[in-house]
Amino acid sequence: MFQIRIHGRGGQGVVTAAEMLSIAAFEEGRHAQAFPSFGSERTGAPVVAFCRIADKEIRLREPIMEPDAIIIQDPTLLHQVDCFAGLKQDGYILINTTKSFEQLGLGDFVRDWHPERLCTVSATELGIKHVGRPVPNVPLLGGFAAVSGLIKLESVAKAIEDKFGDKSSSKVAQGNIAAATEAYNIVRKEMEDAVHA
Amino acid sequence: MLKQCEGSHAVAEAVALCRPEVICAYPISPQTHIVEGIGEMVKSGELKDCEFINVESEFAAMSVAIGSSAAGARTYTATASQGLLYMVEAVYNASGLGLPIVMTVANRAIGAPINIWNDHSDSLSQRDCGWIQLFAETNQEALDLHIQAFKLAEEVSLPVMVCMDGFILTHAYERVDMPTQEQVDAYLPAYEPRQVLDTAEPVSIGAMVGPEAFMEVRYLAHARQMQALERIPQLAAEFKSVFGREAGGLVRPYRCEDAETIVIAMGSVLGTLKDTVDAMRDAGQKIGVLGITSFRPFPLVAVAAALKNCKRFVVLEKSLAVGIGGIVATNVRMAVTGMGLKGYTVIAGLGGRAITVKSLAGMLEKAGRDELDLVTFLDLDWKAVNKQLELEKTKRRSGPVAEALLRHAGIVGARNY
Repeated sequence: MFQIRIHGRGGQGVVTAAEMLSIAAFEEGRHAQAFPSFGSERTGAPVVAFCRIADKEIRLREPIMEPDAIIIQDPTLLHQVDCFAGLKQDGYILINTTKSFEQLGLGDFVRDWHPERLCTVSATELGIKHVGRPVPNVPLLGGFAAVSGLIKLESVAKAIEDKFGDKSSSKVAQGNIAAATEAYNIVRKEMEDAVHA
Repeated sequence: MLKQCEGSHAVAEAVALCRPEVICAYPISPQTHIVEGIGEMVKSGELKDCEFINVESEFAAMSVAIGSSAAGARTYTATASQGLLYMVEAVYNASGLGLPIVMTVANRAIGAPINIWNDHSDSLSQRDCGWIQLFAETNQEALDLHIQAFKLAEEVSLPVMVCMDGFILTHAYERVDMPTQEQVDAYLPAYEPRQVLDTAEPVSIGAMVGPEAFMEVRYLAHARQMQALERIPQLAAEFKSVFGREAGGLVRPYRCEDAETIVIAMGSVLGTLKDTVDAMRDAGQKIGVLGITSFRPFPLVAVAAALKNCKRFVVLEKSLAVGIGGIVATNVRMAVTGMGLKGYTVIAGLGGRAITVKSLAGMLEKAGRDELDLVTFLDLDWKAVNKQLELEKTKRRSGPVAEALLRHAGIVGARNY
């Protein structure tokens, strides 16, 4: 079983991201469970959502306390919340930022990590560029597909269509797919650079 | 058809497949997404011949449900927590009148202190109200139980609560197998009421009954629940023949055959318990799980049969009977009267406190050594509790309790998760 914890702020689509991740895994024939941490959510407040992916039925209902991967939608949370609590050694970390891990003050924490498991992407900018809104959740899913290799980019695209296809215009879905694709490519490049560095 | 969706959405679709004719509900977390979903289906025309009635409160929701059910319409509503409490007078009337309303309870704690998270206090507070109460373990079972609930309710002329854990199930995305309209139509016949407000054949419903007949009317309500006790396993078997999967029934044993310790619970925590028990089995411990699906009627015989070869049982429940201990545990103890078993009550998960494999395993190992207290509060912060008790001993004006405990927990505006 692979466990993902997503940290963000109310309004950034944290819960939606976990749900879409579960849809993407379902599209690949896997079992997936997504659920929010049920706080009194409001815009700007720290929010957490969880996703489990497995090859058999998922019965476990506890919160994810020892994730295999962490997605951080807002790097300012690093000063407020223990985002890395319980993260498995050498787990995957994906952060929405224009800075490096060193610049974020995480250099010591990830010193022994596989460098290709540590990725950043300017997801907010990609959201503005492709969707016209500073929502980082969907581009980060594209980035996550790249860094984890757990799900295919095409599955993320299917999940986007599932979520945004009916309700909004397909323009929203197309914009999000473009944002996820660009994030995917950026992260792939980053991983290659890290391996060859 | 397999699909990945939110539990609330799955239930909304399942209810729509049951062809309800009147839906009336008042929104309250964590039930809201269910009635929103059905409301959208009525508005879009996807759910035909159904009237969605907006009401001003839960009391009105249940009152409208009573009226529409008495008029012969298949009627559905949903609520949770304080919403259920607010409709209680009408809840008793619905069962007392024998009206087969189906209501989802998205289980949530009851205040004070106000708390939106999951436990079973709300529906268990209504254990004696005369409604049937079925508890779902997964979103699949939640949607399946709704289909069974309409059939059961209408056959025995009693209302049914389908209880599903708020947030943990209602807001979880997971895989469900959504049945087809043809399957549901094959299982669930049209509603044929025993009593109906019909201008062609007028009757009055809801007479005042004095000492001359009140006990008999009440006994018949009990007799109908005893009929339900027989019908529930049959309906589960019929369900399996149409839909091809297990759902419902009275109780569900898991690895109980040679178990010395059996842990009993209701709802979604059964999944976490099964994972815990699998790991303990691997370590050589003889332990099993008994899920109770039907809390009302309470399956005394089925529980006793499941426990007959064990040495001890642990009732893990998300409810607290203040002043005595467990609610489910009290019922289980009645079932095992005279069997000479050791029994333990564990109160867990109140107000959304996470129930983890780690805590469960530690508690169950203690139970296996018969070192568990008769009543245990799982993962209680004793330091915080004792500090408050100490304060109250030394200071008359100790102040409001909830606020003091929040300060002790260091809650300002942020939580770890």
